Amino acid sequence: MLKMKSSTLRLLAQTTLLFFWAAMTAWASEPKVSPSNGTNIFAPASTPAKSIADLSVFVLVVTGLIFAVVFTLLLYSVVKFRGRAKDAGREPAQVYGSTQIELAWTIIPILIVVVLFLATARIIHAIQDAQEPADAIQVTAIGHQYWWEFRYPRLGIVTANELHIPVSDPSHPTPTFLQLLSADTDHSFWVPELAGKTDLIPNHPNRMWMDPQRTGIFFGQCAQYCGTQHAKMLLRVSVDTPEDFAAWVRAQQSPAVEDTSAIAGRRVFESNACMNCHAVAGTPADGRFGPDLTHLMSRTTIAAGAANNTHDNLRLWIQDPSAIKPGSLMPSMKLSDADLDAVVTYMETLR
Amino acid sequence: MSTVTTTPSFPNPATEWHLPSRGKVAMACLIIAESAIFTIFVVAYLFYLGKSVTGPTPREVLETPIFYTICLLSSSLTIHLAAKSLERDYRRLFLLSWMLTIALGGLFLFGTAQEWHRLIYARGLTISTNLFGTTYYSLVGLHAFHVTAGLIMLSLVAIFGFAGRVGMDQSGRVAVLSMYWHFVDAVWVVVFTVVYVLGR
Amino acid sequence: MSSNAITIPGTQIEARPWVDELHQWVTTVDHKRLGILYILSALLFLAIGGVEALIIRIQLMRPHNDFVSPEVFNRMFTMHGTTMIFFVAMPVLFGFANYLVPLMIGARDMAFPRLNAFSFWLSFLGALLLYFSFLGGSGLYGAGNAPDVGWWSYAPLGARAFSPGHSSDYWTLALLVSGFGSIGTAINIIATILCLRCPGMKINRMPLLVWMNLVMAGMVLIAITPLSAAQIMLLIDRYLGGHFFDTQAGGSAVLWMHFFWIFGHPEVYILIIPCFAFMSEIIPVFSRKPIFGYPVMVAATVCIAFVSMSVWAHHMFTIGMNSYANSFFTLTTMVVGIPTGIKIFNWIGTMWGGRIQFKTPMLFSIAFLFQFLIAGLTGIMMAASPFDWQLSLSYFVVAHFHYVIVGGILFALFGAFYYWYPKMTGRMLSERLGKWHFWLFFIGFHLTFDVMHIPGILGMPRRIYTYEPGRGWDTLNFIITIGAFIQALAILVFLANLVISYFRGARAGNDPWDAWTLEWSVSSPPPAYNFATVPTVSSRRPLWDLKHPEDPDSRYE
Repeated sequence: MLKMKSSTLRLLAQTTLLFFWAAMTAWASEPKVSPSNGTNIFAPASTPAKSIADLSVFVLVVTGLIFAVVFTLLLYSVVKFRGRAKDAGREPAQVYGSTQIELAWTIIPILIVVVLFLATARIIHAIQDAQEPADAIQVTAIGHQYWWEFRYPRLGIVTANELHIPVSDPSHPTPTFLQLLSADTDHSFWVPELAGKTDLIPNHPNRMWMDPQRTGIFFGQCAQYCGTQHAKMLLRVSVDTPEDFAAWVRAQQSPAVEDTSAIAGRRVFESNACMNCHAVAGTPADGRFGPDLTHLMSRTTIAAGAANNTHDNLRLWIQDPSAIKPGSLMPSMKLSDADLDAVVTYMETLR
Repeated sequence: MSTVTTTPSFPNPATEWHLPSRGKVAMACLIIAESAIFTIFVVAYLFYLGKSVTGPTPREVLETPIFYTICLLSSSLTIHLAAKSLERDYRRLFLLSWMLTIALGGLFLFGTAQEWHRLIYARGLTISTNLFGTTYYSLVGLHAFHVTAGLIMLSLVAIFGFAGRVGMDQSGRVAVLSMYWHFVDAVWVVVFTVVYVLGR
Repeated sequence: MSSNAITIPGTQIEARPWVDELHQWVTTVDHKRLGILYILSALLFLAIGGVEALIIRIQLMRPHNDFVSPEVFNRMFTMHGTTMIFFVAMPVLFGFANYLVPLMIGARDMAFPRLNAFSFWLSFLGALLLYFSFLGGSGLYGAGNAPDVGWWSYAPLGARAFSPGHSSDYWTLALLVSGFGSIGTAINIIATILCLRCPGMKINRMPLLVWMNLVMAGMVLIAITPLSAAQIMLLIDRYLGGHFFDTQAGGSAVLWMHFFWIFGHPEVYILIIPCFAFMSEIIPVFSRKPIFGYPVMVAATVCIAFVSMSVWAHHMFTIGMNSYANSFFTLTTMVVGIPTGIKIFNWIGTMWGGRIQFKTPMLFSIAFLFQFLIAGLTGIMMAASPFDWQLSLSYFVVAHFHYVIVGGILFALFGAFYYWYPKMTGRMLSERLGKWHFWLFFIGFHLTFDVMHIPGILGMPRRIYTYEPGRGWDTLNFIITIGAFIQALAILVFLANLVISYFRGARAGNDPWDAWTLEWSVSSPPPAYNFATVPTVSSRRPLWDLKHPEDPDSRYE
């Protein structure tokens, strides 16, 4: 009787888990309507992400069917062939194998693999060997420990951490093609709703593309372990309407705002070591080790998404970066309170 | 009960059950494992050909070590002679060819040392100079390390040989050691081809 | 309970002083004792690695948690992975191989007993070296100088420039040293199997466990060595100024990845194939039928070994290989699923038409089949490289490989423990505690690792010490942590079972499971010399022939 109880319990447990798993997968594949904070690979908003999602659903269906068949066989054998008390001492028929059955369950998997492979190879080529159209937006992304440098070579823009790209009209596509480089160690650019991830590896340039079909803010982060603050190397992609994008480009191309009320802060900035790492266009500051600050206030966050771009956070960051992002490569500048306030005022003029 | 009875159809195990010698099987396994290590170093060498950013290139500094290669490869012949002689208990011939093997191997190492001395002091190529330096010294050095280890083993056998302890009964073990030595020579054929023939 | 004692019923042999007993254990070259030493050392590091996992899970329980600093967290996942693969999984499997292979082939010991001991102590030294890193550098504060580069130490993160100090060196040297131990054991296993089989045990009559350990050992020879080579190169870079992986000098970070994964992928098959071996011994006995399709099982295993050497770059789908390379590795990865699937079908075929007994070893085996099926299927998902461009480097991958390693390997190991513990100690493990262990672990495992697939699908990358709230990851991570604690509880039940049963378990006798391979023909535990007379066999199930002389297997083979 104990034996029956075990097997029934197991049957129940396995069935429950099966439904649990299926339900979870279904819940997870629900498209998230609100684009805020969405990083669901099954809520694609861009052509390559959509091709991947479609292929993935196909693969899920095939593997789901395989699971259903094999699981049913397993369950059946466990229930039907359980040993009963009355059988004690007698051995069942000793079967050693069957060539036909072995052939069957070799050939069918081979066919499944052929189908899956062909479906997959098609998408690999479609995504990786896509031609870059003439009016694609070109971005060079350079990975750093622990922030993203973005350059738009054709537009003469240098910015950091927050990418702006235009939405792409299917009748006249304007995808964004990124060249991926690294200044130090390995990183990976992953914005799930816009594209699959591609790594940034030093001495090994890579290329990827996105073709967003709707506007909004899309989130992601570095996906290849790059050191202490790998977790806070966040990505924020703003897909703008063509007009908004053009306005953003114009603002980024313009020289740094010269606000005379912040002259004290600018002096602090230029006489401390800030200039060694940071650049402000149109001033002597031309360091490339850290993010370009020319239009710092056009960004929503600082420290690669680790904190919102507010007065208090900015002040705290400059005073002691390790308070927000311990392990960040920006040293604490050990400024006096007066200098600190002046420099923050200056930063806040860099719109 | 700790024995299982046979069925009458099974032949007499004492005469018909032959399994390979464990020394030979183990050495074959070691050779397979070592081949894998060398393969990785060779792959790195080939991959980095022409990719050095600075510094001397192979063509500029390498001199093909024909003489020392002949030494090492002939040592395969002498060790083969040694192993065969021992099987027939020709102890003096064994010792002679064994010592010749050691001498030829030692000569090869001397040649490598000479080459390295010239490369480092006359041509300024060290392991940290560039990619070529790193891969060259690593690959050739790894091989030289295996030659050295082999020579140490061969010398140990020589010592026992001179003490009169190596005879026909030890021919199996000597055969296993000579397998290793043949492997070291075969690796040199590959390294030589990759470094001095293909690599230039 | 000494395995050196000849069991003569009714005779008491005086127990030795504990110092002598300890000396015997430390200097042993007996494959059975070395097997047990491997297993005990693995259990120790299982507990330590488990604690590291719990620290990780507590930190990830909620977003922006500050249970540990990022530095400590990064050391924890590095040490957890390295420990579990190299100092738990490999040793425990070598331990079982060491114990069982000579017994199953009718031999008295391994081919090279001293090499066996040397290999074990090398492995153990490697583990000690790795853990000594906690005491290096600044000592226990901030988890000392333990490596924090991940268990794969990608270039250039492992280079001097990015990992100053000695933490990377502890990692490199520990693995190099224990790698040589593994190669020694592999050589020993192959030589034993090829050279010491008892008369009549032709190569196609060996138990499947022996076959699979032979294949595993062959893979060790050509898979561990690339890692050793890469680590020598890393040491040359770090200490002799070499440029193997120095991207500033033209070196390639991708080359390290290739070398590492040429080791890393076959390594996971090295880990799973001995577990297939356990299943192929346990499932037939508890289904009361021979294994279905013995020749196919052998062929499939050999096939897996070969094909698995050609799939390594499926760990590198995101690094920017061209579309032809990606397609090739997609194909080979899917192909390696075919012989693996065939084995699952054969195990089910073994159960089919049988009379299944649901003892604890069989419970773990059935769970293994269920979980390994799922793990294989999530593997097929990631084999499709575009799908992998989303899933790679996310918690989906973490869920997949824990499904294989915990749901597959660990479950199979638990089955092996319950099955062979009686042989090793002469006592049965408690069935009652066994069932508690099974159900607790099953529930905890599924709670953690089923749920863990979802944050991956929702965009949560790996190796992050914290995460942003509001991405849908929060509750899921909390549930995952709860499951981890349930598993920890189950492990405690298991360890308690091991200890309590040693003193109070029912006496096992030679053959408690009514099984058919040679190890069940000797006493439990076996005498030091294993067999008083070397047996002669004439079929794949010598004890079946003995128990059923009217219908021996030899008639059908």
